[in-house]
Amino acid sequence: MEQNKKARILQGNEACAEGALVAGANFFAGYPITPSTEIAEYLARNLPRRGGKFIQMEDEIASIAAVIGASIAGAKAMTATSGPGFSLMQENIGYAYMAEVPCVIVDVQRGGPSTGLPTKVSQSDTMQARWGTHGDYHAIALAPSSVRECFGLTIRAFNLAEKYRTPVILLMDEVLGHMREKVILPEPDEIKVFNRMKPTVPPEWYQHFEINPHFVSPMASFGEGYRYNITGLTHDPLGFPTSRPEEIEAKLNKLEKKITSNVNDIVRVEEEFMEDATIAVFAYGIVARAARQAIRMAQHKRIRVGLIQPLTIWPFPDIYMEQMSEQLEAIIVAELNQGQLLGEVMRTNCGKTKVYGLNRFDGDILTPEQIFAKIREVR
Amino acid sequence: MKTRKMDAEHEDRYDMRLSGSGGQGLVFAGTILTEALGIYEGKNVSQTQSYGPEARGGASRSDIVFSSGDIYYPKALKLDLLLALTQEACDTYYLNLKDDGLLLIDSDLVDQPPAREVIGLPFTRTARENLGTPVVANIIALGVIVSLTKIVSKESLIEAIKSKSPKAMLDLNLRAAELGFDLARKEKRSRKKTQPARI
Repeated sequence: MEQNKKARILQGNEACAEGALVAGANFFAGYPITPSTEIAEYLARNLPRRGGKFIQMEDEIASIAAVIGASIAGAKAMTATSGPGFSLMQENIGYAYMAEVPCVIVDVQRGGPSTGLPTKVSQSDTMQARWGTHGDYHAIALAPSSVRECFGLTIRAFNLAEKYRTPVILLMDEVLGHMREKVILPEPDEIKVFNRMKPTVPPEWYQHFEINPHFVSPMASFGEGYRYNITGLTHDPLGFPTSRPEEIEAKLNKLEKKITSNVNDIVRVEEEFMEDATIAVFAYGIVARAARQAIRMAQHKRIRVGLIQPLTIWPFPDIYMEQMSEQLEAIIVAELNQGQLLGEVMRTNCGKTKVYGLNRFDGDILTPEQIFAKIREVR
Repeated sequence: MKTRKMDAEHEDRYDMRLSGSGGQGLVFAGTILTEALGIYEGKNVSQTQSYGPEARGGASRSDIVFSSGDIYYPKALKLDLLLALTQEACDTYYLNLKDDGLLLIDSDLVDQPPAREVIGLPFTRTARENLGTPVVANIIALGVIVSLTKIVSKESLIEAIKSKSPKAMLDLNLRAAELGFDLARKEKRSRKKTQPARI
C-alpha cells in the first residue's frame, strides 16, 4: 500500500480557503450560504490557530464592510458568499474600489435569480461580477476550473488585490466548490506572495490616494502614524471629498488605468489544441472541464477544435480574443447561463467569426456530449 | 471484475455513482472511497455530489471518477458501477449504466429492480440487525463494493475509514465494513453455486 503524504483530497472550497491561508489572509468575515459555507468553516477552524480572525457577521453587507475595515487596518481580508449574498455586497464592493482597499470576495455561484437553486450549479453571476456595483467600475475577476486552480487562483486573487489596491472577485461555482479532487499542493516557499506597497515618505508628505505614473499608490494602514481620510465620495489625493472637475477626472482615470494599463499582468488565458484549431470552445470554470473532454472526442473525429479557457474573466481577454478571431472560423461560447460572455466574445471578434452560444441553465453542468454535439453542428 | 476497455482517448476512467436519498450517507461514503482511491491507491480521482436543499430526504448522489490519467470531466458519464439505495435512484440512473456495468441495490428498499443483471443485498437491514442502527448501511455497501470490484484493497478502505470517520463512529464504521466484506463473500459463494460453470 503506497501512501503519498503530499497528496491530499480537498474540496474546491477547502482548497480556496487553504489558498487564502497560504496567501497570508488573516481576516475573514462572512455569513454562511450554500454552496460557499465550507470556505467559512475551514477558515473558522484554521484562522484562529494562526493568529488570524474569523467573524461571522449578521449579514453579507456587514461582512464586506468588516472585510474593508480589516484591510484598511492592515489585514489581508476576504469573504465568501453566493449569488444572493454577492448581490448584497455590491454597494460596498464599489466602496472598496473607490477607496482602493485590497480585498478578496469569493462568489461560489448557484442558480438564480433570487434564492434560486441553493444546491445547484450556475455561472449566472458572470456579469454581476463585472457590473454589479454602480458607477464606472473596472473589475478583476478570476475563475478556476479545478480544485488545484481554486487554490492557486485564490492566492493570485490576493496578490492582484494587494498589487493594485482593489477588490478582486473569485468566481467559483457549486460543482467546483463541492467537488473533491486529489491535489498535490506546492510548498509555501514555492509560492509567490505579494503584499501591498507601503509608503516610504514621512507621514506629513503622505498622500493615501497619490496620483503617480503607476496609478497604484502606497498604502499605509490605520494606526501606523499616517493620517488620511477615507470616503466613498469622489476624493482628492488626500482622501477628502472633491467637486473639482480636474480632480474628479484624475481620480476616475487612475481607477481605470490601474486596471486597463496592466491587462498583460492581470489577464491569463489557458488554451489547448489551439495551434491549428479552426473552431474553438470558449468556456470558463467547471464548463472548461467538460470542454476538455469534448475537444478530445472531436479530435478523435479529426475535427480541429481547441479550447480557450479564461482564468481571468474580468478584465475580459480582449487582445487575445481579437488575435484569435483572425484564425478561427467559429467560436462556441459554452456557459451555465442564458448567454453572458457570449456578447463579450461577439464584441471582441467584430463579426469576423461565427459565434454560437451553448447555454445550460437547468441546475446541471454541460456534458462533454452536449459540447461535442454543438461542435459537430457548427463545423 | 471485468477488464475495462480503453476508450478513444486512451483514458482509463472508472465512473461510479452512489445514489439514494439525503441522510443515507452517500456523500460521506463517496468521500471515504475517494480518500482510499486517491491517497492510498495513488489514483487520480474526483468526487462530485448532487443534493437538494433538504436536510433529510430528497434525492442525493455522489459521483466518483478515477483514472490513472488526467480526469477532464469530473462527473460520472457512463457508469461502471451504480449503487442504488432507493427505488427512485435505481429507476433514475440504471439507464446510465454501461452494458457490463455493475448494479448494486439494497434488496429491501428497491423492490422492483430493473430487468438486467443486478446484485441485491440487504445493506440497511444488515446494519440494523447487526449493529443496531441503519446509519452504517453506507459503510456496509462500501465493504461490498470493494470486495466485489477490487477498485481499492481492503486495507486502503480500512485506512480511509480510519482517517475520515469521526471518533465516535470509528469502531461502528470498521465493524460495518467487515460486515460488508462478509456479505460480499457470501454473495460470491452463492453465485458460484447457482451459476452453471462456463464451458
